[in-house]
Amino acid sequence: MQTYDLEANGLRDLNAALHAQNTETNQTRWEVINPRGSHAIAVGIDAPIEVNVMGSTGYYCAGMNKLATVHVHGSAGPGVAENMISGTVMIDGDASQYAGATGHGGTLVIKGNASSRCGISMKGIDIVVHGNVGHMSAFMGQSGNLVVCGDAGDALGDSLYEARLFVRGSVKSLGADCVEKEMRPEHIEVLRDLLARGECDAKPEEFKRYGSARQLYSFKIDNAY
Amino acid sequence: MCGIVGLFLKDKSLEPRLGAMLTDMLITMTDRGPDSAGIAIYGDKAASSAKLTVQSDTPDMDFVDLSETVQAFVNGPVSLTRRDTHAVLNVPAGTAEGVCAHLRSVAPSVRVMSFGDTLEIYKEVGLPGDVAARFDIASMSGTHGIGHTRMATESAVTTLGAHPFNTGADQCLVHNGSLSNHNALRRRLRSQNVHIETMNDSEVAAAYITWKMNNGATLGEALEKSLDDLDGFFNFVVGTKDGFGVVRDPIACKPAVMAETDQYVAFGSEYRALVNLPGIDAARVWEPEPATVYFWSHGETKTPTKRAA
Repeated sequence: MQTYDLEANGLRDLNAALHAQNTETNQTRWEVINPRGSHAIAVGIDAPIEVNVMGSTGYYCAGMNKLATVHVHGSAGPGVAENMISGTVMIDGDASQYAGATGHGGTLVIKGNASSRCGISMKGIDIVVHGNVGHMSAFMGQSGNLVVCGDAGDALGDSLYEARLFVRGSVKSLGADCVEKEMRPEHIEVLRDLLARGECDAKPEEFKRYGSARQLYSFKIDNAY
Repeated sequence: MCGIVGLFLKDKSLEPRLGAMLTDMLITMTDRGPDSAGIAIYGDKAASSAKLTVQSDTPDMDFVDLSETVQAFVNGPVSLTRRDTHAVLNVPAGTAEGVCAHLRSVAPSVRVMSFGDTLEIYKEVGLPGDVAARFDIASMSGTHGIGHTRMATESAVTTLGAHPFNTGADQCLVHNGSLSNHNALRRRLRSQNVHIETMNDSEVAAAYITWKMNNGATLGEALEKSLDDLDGFFNFVVGTKDGFGVVRDPIACKPAVMAETDQYVAFGSEYRALVNLPGIDAARVWEPEPATVYFWSHGETKTPTKRAA
């Protein structure tokens, strides 16, 4: 295992070392110690490696992640796993605003709460939050799944496209054009898989499903140029 | 951007280290705002006296006979302790507000940074580390304090545009964000004879809260009303003689993180600002909710109140 002391050796060398890994690497396990809330830790990895960050992180941890598993043993600052392509990002604590924003794929698991704008403009990422999410979550979500085991804040799924939202607790308010939808057997199966990947023992039958009513301007063919 | 730090001590044994802890927190926030920096410290109360912190761009000239000038006005004992471009004037209890008005007419190059029983505000243009060193903030003790490092967006980079802003006796405010209705609000407040010095948006917020409190609102009520009357982005951290409060606008896009242990309550724009605090690994760390007023006070329990977003 490679151990990297971020405080002693700095961010650029860490990310350069992680970027130097490829699919054939033997250095498959990394541990980053002393993260102390630093920004942009483990951003832009493109290799099937595991990175354990031993503490809390600042802005944009694990952004643009591809193939790697990044595990934050603490809480994450704003924009964790932003624009993730594939792989897994696991947060043991809470995540600050816009976690998983614009993510194309992969799985983001937040074992605590996520704050506002979780999954904003998600494009295929799967996000599993064990706690609550804040206001404007999944705003303009285009594809992928957001699973919330706790409660959702105001304006959930505002201006949603095709992302699927599953919430076990209460929803403070739904955003424009977001509606509750029937939970059919195929959705239970999708959710069962998501919960398993998210290391969450909640039962899929306890959740409600929300999605787009497809009534906004952008859904009307007559408005197409 | 802008960076905010705040520290409210519950454990008296930490009080001698307040200035050093706040300085360290503020320096970690340097890259959030390198334009100017300031710190408000709630320190010792001198017996039967109040104090003013004053600033001058020409302190060698202005501070020489300042205590005599004030002494003649208040007709009582006055002492002056200089720290770089600032000085703390100790004046007889009950005279501080009158001295503020008097100085504006007789010594216009001397600016009042703060007045009250325990509050001192030090702020200047420059990096947090440099500003803190000029005033030797690290040597100061106190019960609670607030620091700010500024990245100017709405008005000029000047000493008076720096934070914290004094909003009344022993009150101060720092702001991260930008207000979009500050011009209209400034006109409204000036028409109510509220004194506003600069074109800075945060000063308007500070003046608004002072005005509300002068009209009978508690600090908590004034902060709640600010959610109705201020348009724009804001994280406010406010200090009072015995308390410390936090409020974020309903959109809450400006970052904030808080930590609480048996020894302290701390605020930081980012978690980085908190990492050197004692016992941080075991602290309760959370993000304050939008449109919610949080307040801690010596002797009272905290009273967060939730407002509809």
